[in-house]
Amino acid sequence: MTLTGNRGRGPLRALLRGTLREWRSAELRVLAAALVVAVAAVAAVGFFTDRVDRGMAQQATALLGGDLAIVSDNPLPADWSADAAEYGLETARTASLPSVVFSSDDESRLAALRAVEPSWPLKGEARIRPGRDADEQARDLGPEPGTAWLEPALLDALDLETGDRVEVGDLDLEVTGVITHEPDRGSNLLDIAPRLMLAFDDLEASGLIGPGSRVRYEFFAAGPSAGVEGFRGWLEDELESGQRLLGLEDANPELRTAIERAERFLGLASLMAVLLAGAAIAVAAHHFAQRRADPAAVMRALGASGRQVLLTYFGRVVLVALVASGIGLAIGFAAQFVLAALLGDWLAGDLPPPGWRPVIAGIGVGMITAVGFALPALLRIGQVSPLRVLRRDLGLPPTSVWLSGALALLAFGGLLYWQAADPGLAAWVLLGTAVAIALLSVLGMALVLALRPLRNRGGMALRFGLANLSRRGGLSAVQLVAFSVGILALLLLAIVRVDLLEAWDTSIPEDAPNQFFINIQPGQDEAFADRVEAAGLDRPQLDPMIRGRLIEINDDRVRPEDFDDDRDRRLVNREFNLSYAETPPEHNRIVDGRWFDAQGQDPDTGWSVEAGLMERFDLEIGDYLTFRVGGQAIRSPITSVREVDWDSFQVNFFVIGPPGLLDEQPRTFITAMHVPDDQRAAQNQWLREFPAVSAIDVSAILAQVRDVMDQATRAVEYVFLFTLIAGLTVLYAAVQATRDVRRREAALLRTLGARREHIRNGLLAEFGALGLLAGLLAAVIATAVGALLAWQVFEFDYRVNPLTFVYGIGGGTLGIALAGWLGTRRVLDQAPLAVLRGPE
Amino acid sequence: MDAASSFVLEARDLEQRINGPSGPLDILRGISLAVQAGETVAILGASGSGKSTLLGLLAGLDAPSAGEVRLLGQTISELNEDGRAALRAGRVGFVFQSFQLLPALTAMENTLLPLELNPAHGGRDQETLSRWAEQALERVGLSERAAHYPHQLSGGEQQRVAIARAIVDHPAVLFADEPTGNLDGKTGHRIIELLFGLARHPDADGPATALVLVTHDPEIAEQCDRIISIQDGVLA
Repeated sequence: MTLTGNRGRGPLRALLRGTLREWRSAELRVLAAALVVAVAAVAAVGFFTDRVDRGMAQQATALLGGDLAIVSDNPLPADWSADAAEYGLETARTASLPSVVFSSDDESRLAALRAVEPSWPLKGEARIRPGRDADEQARDLGPEPGTAWLEPALLDALDLETGDRVEVGDLDLEVTGVITHEPDRGSNLLDIAPRLMLAFDDLEASGLIGPGSRVRYEFFAAGPSAGVEGFRGWLEDELESGQRLLGLEDANPELRTAIERAERFLGLASLMAVLLAGAAIAVAAHHFAQRRADPAAVMRALGASGRQVLLTYFGRVVLVALVASGIGLAIGFAAQFVLAALLGDWLAGDLPPPGWRPVIAGIGVGMITAVGFALPALLRIGQVSPLRVLRRDLGLPPTSVWLSGALALLAFGGLLYWQAADPGLAAWVLLGTAVAIALLSVLGMALVLALRPLRNRGGMALRFGLANLSRRGGLSAVQLVAFSVGILALLLLAIVRVDLLEAWDTSIPEDAPNQFFINIQPGQDEAFADRVEAAGLDRPQLDPMIRGRLIEINDDRVRPEDFDDDRDRRLVNREFNLSYAETPPEHNRIVDGRWFDAQGQDPDTGWSVEAGLMERFDLEIGDYLTFRVGGQAIRSPITSVREVDWDSFQVNFFVIGPPGLLDEQPRTFITAMHVPDDQRAAQNQWLREFPAVSAIDVSAILAQVRDVMDQATRAVEYVFLFTLIAGLTVLYAAVQATRDVRRREAALLRTLGARREHIRNGLLAEFGALGLLAGLLAAVIATAVGALLAWQVFEFDYRVNPLTFVYGIGGGTLGIALAGWLGTRRVLDQAPLAVLRGPE
Repeated sequence: MDAASSFVLEARDLEQRINGPSGPLDILRGISLAVQAGETVAILGASGSGKSTLLGLLAGLDAPSAGEVRLLGQTISELNEDGRAALRAGRVGFVFQSFQLLPALTAMENTLLPLELNPAHGGRDQETLSRWAEQALERVGLSERAAHYPHQLSGGEQQRVAIARAIVDHPAVLFADEPTGNLDGKTGHRIIELLFGLARHPDADGPATALVLVTHDPEIAEQCDRIISIQDGVLA
């Protein structure tokens, strides 16, 4: 039998022949196209993230700088090197701090200094050019005493060449190398200032190390793994508070967290394309089943079981899905090069090629999507009554809405869980998607119903188009939701994002501080303020800054391992910047408790804590916090809670104490001020008088933040492009599913005397109205999301941008009308008689 | 219409040939006929005799391989698809075996279609057209069902809507292709009575309507003024 291939030929060969024959049918091609889009979207992100993950794993050892590392804000014991040697390990010490460096021509620039022992780097190799245009050389030793290596950006900024001199604090160093690769440099995303590398032994003589200096000390060890483990065990007992032991998994945690978040977000964004493709697949499978009712009934009448019939057609769909997934993978592989070009410099160095994991994942996504969304419709083919050969009015049993919903939910939920790798997040996204789709569907149906009265207003074309929309209410709503999601994604990224960024920019006052000056030493504070005033700027307010580690909350010791959240752990692991003040900072608001009295003599007086920190550590007024500052524990209750505007670009502190509590402690001063562009050169002059003071240019940080946001959103835009294409496959599926009916209707209208333009106008009215509604819906939701983000997240007023509506409605109407027209225009080419006499 | 001729429909030496798997196949050969205004003509033939193909050619729904059809004084082969559609608009009515109502439209909206497609009514207001459609539905006894969709109507009721649509614009020619083919005997009988009644007795101000009816049923054919028998693509 040819249909099932039960006789004579192998079942596989019969399946192949049957599938090839089916390939001519538009429904299977729609199903395949939708799967190609879904798999391409997931695979593009999958291949890219796999490459980044592999790159991160390869670079972890080099990034960490050794097999283990200890970091601290305080100097690390020098004798650890001898202890490590007993375990057969090599060691290196480094110290990093920000500082302004000067050229002999008085050019200055903030640099990220790093002093390294000669044995650095233990892992990987540094690459240096001995001259700006010289060939790169690998080095496994750090710079010699009296010399410095600079990154090209710093050389450019200071207008230096190798052989020139550079001033670092009290040191005068010769530039002997241009750094092209520093193995444990970490990400270029998070380090703002360019590197200057010097010898460890030179650091002390620089005069940059003083109480309160922001130095990060690192100790690296590397060697045989037994020795590493032994030394790690010994170290764990030796470590004091503030010293952190890092393994490979800790290499560059900020970058790792940032990249993992970005990967997760891109992955979830790609699933939106999968969801829309699923809708197209469901529509196509429904149509496929309907058109197979006749041959299936014949097969059943000739003795095939329902199961045989089902397996025959299911096998063909699965085969098509496999081929489509393969094509999707190939497209996804090509598409990931674009993602890598957009985001590749998140990770230093070249990305390694991807592995096989995304291939398996892509095929898996393809099959899960195909089965999850197509199976309920296909099941009906097996249930067709053989009596249909006699009575054509006996159709297929209706698709169970519950089964369809449950299977689609299961498939999509499973994919979400796989992509989010977090059941909580997956559940929230699933719930959010379900609620959003339900809401969109209700709104979509309501809009379709709202069109009904218009049917009596316009001419025949409009009536015909709108009548089609409302008659195919369910299908119209599915299309409406699909287009809305696609247009919404683009509107959010293209317009709302730009609006939010602009609103954020304008929410920063013109004269907001653009420079932070840190590390102003006690005794120099007045001189510094005088110098600033003498330079013609407003006298700055200098805030004291004391570094202290939170060691107790009430009577409980604070241990990083007691916190689940990475950020909490890092927060308690490092030292807090504390301050003291007689009056609350101007741009802070006391939201609970009361500010201490001026003298700080009140026995109840204590810490004023930032509201976010209160929430993060679940603190209440009256709780006792103990900070260790220097060698001293300072214990006091929380007496007020402050709300801080972190976007104000003012100096802000998490914890402020009364003057009596902290003013005897080692401290530096910090200030923020607005330095007009034309005074930057002068700033470099007077800053030379305070070598320990570092200036941080916030406008550069802002520019960097904007760059990162632009890069990330471009990548998301790119992924959402697949969502839009998936939306179009829904249109394609819907057009194909209604093709027979449309042909018949067009033929009938022509029989009754309609010209081509009548029918064309009817089709344009139908698709145009659909696009208009989808655009309107998307614009309303995009505006609401923008307003919500502005209000809740960014805390500024959002002005409705009419362009959101112009682009949403205009683009939706024109785009969908054109796409719909292109998909249906062939109905006009049929001779009416052939259509009217053909089978219904 | 050609002033010199009282025929609303003339066919001369019509041939229709298709390319089958084993070479060209003649469906119709050497068909010539003429229908006068107000005349009722049955085209009678067995299944596969080519009678529905002939009806399609006469109505300008398809172009013949050879020969000529003059409908309402116009030679159909001189017109393109749009020209033929324009010729039919408002002047030719159809009743099909499978009703062919537009499922998205109500009975009323289906009946309105020919009026809206007829450029002669371009200047008329929608109310007038709606009133005419209501009257047509009233004549087929379905004014109560004007707001119903086709799927809410029985087969007989759907065919009555189709007839209302066919006569609403007082066509000069009404083509009916096996109009009772999908109906039970009793309902079919009523439909035929209605069809002949409306064709022979148009309302007071309407012109006489010629009815060209394709059927395989000699009983129905006998009710016509004239019977044209067709067998294997030629007139018997």
